[in-house]
Amino acid sequence: MLIKGETGDWEVVIGLEVHAQVISNAKLFSGAATAFGADPNTQVALLDAGLPGMLPVINRYCVEQAVRTGLGLKAQINLHSVFDRKNYFYADLPLGYQISQYTQPIVGKGSIVLDLPDGSSRTVGITRLHLEMDAGKSLHDQHPSKTYVDLNRAGVALMEIVSEPDMRSPEEAAAYLRKLRAILRYLGTCDGNMEEGSMRCDVNVSVRRPGGPFGTRTETKNVNSIRYVMMAIEYETNRQIEILESGGTIDQETRLFDTVKFTTRSMRSKEEAHDYRYFPDPDLLPLVLDQAWVDEIRSTLPELPDEKKARFMEQYKLSAYDAGVLVAEKASADYYEAVAKGRDPKIASNWVTGELFGALNRLGKSIEESPVSAADLGGLLDLLADNTISGRIAKDVFAAMLETGKSAAVIVEEQGLRQVTDTGAIEAAIDGVLAANADKVAEFRSGKDKLFGFFVGQVMKQTQGKANPALVNEILQAKLKG
Amino acid sequence: MTDLTRLSAAEALDGLARKDYSAVELTEVHIRAVEAARPLNAFVVETPELALEQARASDARRARGEAGPFDGIPIGVKDLFCTKGVQSTASSRILEGFVPPYESTVTANLFRDGAVMLGKLNMDEFAMGSANITSHFGPVVNPWSPGTLAQHDEAFAAEGAAAELVAGMGQPRPRQEWTFTRKLVPGGSSGGSAAAVAARCVMAATGTDTGGSIRQPAGFVGIVGLKPTYGRCSRWGIVAFASSLDQAGPMTRTVRDAAVMLRSMAGFDPKDSTSVDMPVPDFAAALTGDIRGLRVGIPREYRMDGMPAEIDRLWEKGVEMLRRQGAEPVDISLPHTKYALPTYYIVAPAEASSNLARYDGVRYGQRIDGTSLKDMYENTRAAGFGAEVRRRILIGTYVLSAGYYDAYYLKAQKVRSRIKQDFDEAFKRCDVILTPTAPSAAFGIGENTDDPIQMYLNDVFTVTVNLAGLPGISVPVGLSADRLPLGLQLIGRPFDEETLLRAAEALERAAGFEALPPFMAGAV
Repeated sequence: MLIKGETGDWEVVIGLEVHAQVISNAKLFSGAATAFGADPNTQVALLDAGLPGMLPVINRYCVEQAVRTGLGLKAQINLHSVFDRKNYFYADLPLGYQISQYTQPIVGKGSIVLDLPDGSSRTVGITRLHLEMDAGKSLHDQHPSKTYVDLNRAGVALMEIVSEPDMRSPEEAAAYLRKLRAILRYLGTCDGNMEEGSMRCDVNVSVRRPGGPFGTRTETKNVNSIRYVMMAIEYETNRQIEILESGGTIDQETRLFDTVKFTTRSMRSKEEAHDYRYFPDPDLLPLVLDQAWVDEIRSTLPELPDEKKARFMEQYKLSAYDAGVLVAEKASADYYEAVAKGRDPKIASNWVTGELFGALNRLGKSIEESPVSAADLGGLLDLLADNTISGRIAKDVFAAMLETGKSAAVIVEEQGLRQVTDTGAIEAAIDGVLAANADKVAEFRSGKDKLFGFFVGQVMKQTQGKANPALVNEILQAKLKG
Repeated sequence: MTDLTRLSAAEALDGLARKDYSAVELTEVHIRAVEAARPLNAFVVETPELALEQARASDARRARGEAGPFDGIPIGVKDLFCTKGVQSTASSRILEGFVPPYESTVTANLFRDGAVMLGKLNMDEFAMGSANITSHFGPVVNPWSPGTLAQHDEAFAAEGAAAELVAGMGQPRPRQEWTFTRKLVPGGSSGGSAAAVAARCVMAATGTDTGGSIRQPAGFVGIVGLKPTYGRCSRWGIVAFASSLDQAGPMTRTVRDAAVMLRSMAGFDPKDSTSVDMPVPDFAAALTGDIRGLRVGIPREYRMDGMPAEIDRLWEKGVEMLRRQGAEPVDISLPHTKYALPTYYIVAPAEASSNLARYDGVRYGQRIDGTSLKDMYENTRAAGFGAEVRRRILIGTYVLSAGYYDAYYLKAQKVRSRIKQDFDEAFKRCDVILTPTAPSAAFGIGENTDDPIQMYLNDVFTVTVNLAGLPGISVPVGLSADRLPLGLQLIGRPFDEETLLRAAEALERAAGFEALPPFMAGAV
């Protein structure tokens, strides 16, 4: 995507660093619990509080989760990796260093395929994924002069997933985050919940002339929603272009996103940047993995969004767009497959992506919270397929299902919505309509074809919409022409 | 009854087993010895009540026939070990008042096997030092320091009826007062441990050794100090100095005691990722006295310019002692020896600068408030750390800094692997290596303090062993012209403490070192 400036076109270059909290019951090195929302400082082991003589011991499950994620990102798994200490002082970092991985991460190069709104796709490179421990949380708003520290989060396992600078628009960055989140959720390695902070994003942005060398980048830290990421990119892009066009230069610096003004502001310059004094953590041996163990994890990987999408297109003959929408969440895909089983896959897709998603959107509910189960939606489609109800009635029935939670069959029975397929009854209704509108019949017969719709409407009205529309058409045609 | 403080731990274990005395009796004698030895400033905290409680429990276990392999032995614990419910400070102001809610693995192992703790022993602050002069609680005095004993009659302090009562009890009590004419250092950093064991106020003590902190003080006070192979003893619960070098070990009066005590200290600990999952042998069983055919490496690079002739002679004597028992001296080369000290003084401060970052005044220990977080950090750490600790934090921070990392830290790590390779090569030709423990005997408190490099030279023979992760032991072998103890060091293959101890015991027997320090707890 090119941006028109005063002095010509510009291209934005975006790379993202995502901190994804590993789904694990215990922290990365201490064994303390990780449940979200516990009372402050109730999930803190001696190590997490930085007591003297405490030592880290790697949590095997967190390593397994990182490997699983690496495999899901089609990435190189490094059988030999090293934990380093990243040294800096802060009140919520009890050890005075964060245990991270610097030069030898557990996962190397991989890739993510983006599904863009126009149905096309684009590949973004993954530079690396490494494991590290989270810091605690500083609470500055609890006391007028004091800062409170909650160490529940201190030591929780994070995966830092670094992309290549391969994205060229805020929309691509959003697509990347959505896809990454989908993959993590499919894998069960991170819940991807940005509001709770279990997925956080640092945004690297630079601008350049199309095809030119990379410009100087800025890094905007801890942006905690996809919408904010897009806003931060938008703002940074414009800010940088403005500076460059007025003859200035971009400072390589760390910036913060202001969630009130939707702007970014400088946090610290390159000169003020921390010297983290990375060095291998002498308390931990290099992490050496067995290829057989990695293969074992690989064999348990679930079907991931890309494969599922391809299968949906192949197996159900869905469009790339529909398939993409359905696989965006594993729960949606599962729901769809339950509905589509033994039914027309296209009709199932239309109902799930149309009526159901529309309704959930209105209700602000997730697919997991859907008031209509996949089985019940399937039941509705069955009534439609065997002509028990018409398409129009089906929509009303669906609305009633959402409301009452009852099954389609029950609603149809209770409200007597069963479609009339008795030709005698339909004929009687048509005869009544034609008799009552003899003038219109004459007009029709003299060539006013458009009145056909009027007659259909009248018949449907007579039958409270329950008459089978195909039969109505057929009999009406015959009688009018007759 | 014999003076129980003169026994070795092994002898005491026998006596306890024979019911010659109880653990409570043994402990009471030592509690008095600890009190009598206060002029040495060896203890930071005395724990007589805890000791008696543990001793009573020990006697009860023994009565039930459940005595452990170290049951009833009164020991001292270096203040670097976190001890549950007992202040643990690493002899630093910054940790003053810190009482851990947990027990280090090594002390827990010792207590499991029945050890009785008399108190926490003074040391160089955060184990940084070679003379025990950097402690926040003041220097420790070497019991070998010369002095004089004067006797005074104690005047009655009581008045009135109490005075009559006291007078009625008989003789005025003579009071003996020891005056040091020159105070010598006990070595460091485990100086309190060394002094307390040598002065016979504890039967044994734990030490830790990062660059020689067990072996050099053991040499300075005429006792045995064993640094086990890196990974043999858990580091969990020991205040970290330099994690890749730190190792706990026993400081005892005999090699046999070191073997017995190490067995109780050692063992795999899943809480320490660098602890090694290997069975702990019965080290004492390895003390067969038979070293025939044992190849003893003599590294030519350890013959240093300017080393006192008496150290050189002692070393030659040591070679001869082993040869006479059937061992075979072998000349070996450890070519990277000269780089060991500079390497050590990059690696150890680098790790220390990071390990000590947690002492920030935020959660425990001393805090000096400030106007901002940074201000509070600066105030707390400036006041909490002594000069030597601050120096090493600065060195460590510098060598890890961007732009210097490759030239210092990374280079040092490369040299470290070379030093390790030197030993790998050497051990193809020999089974143990014999060297002096330190380049001098104990020196006076206040000497060697102008130039830190001079002080660092104390570790010249011992740091290589830590850099290579090997086991090393110092055995008292003779006295200097000034009648101060001199030790020799034996170095073994990784996890071959058995051969090392066997050779050490042979050396000990041949040396027959029986001199006693002028200041001893029971003698005062």
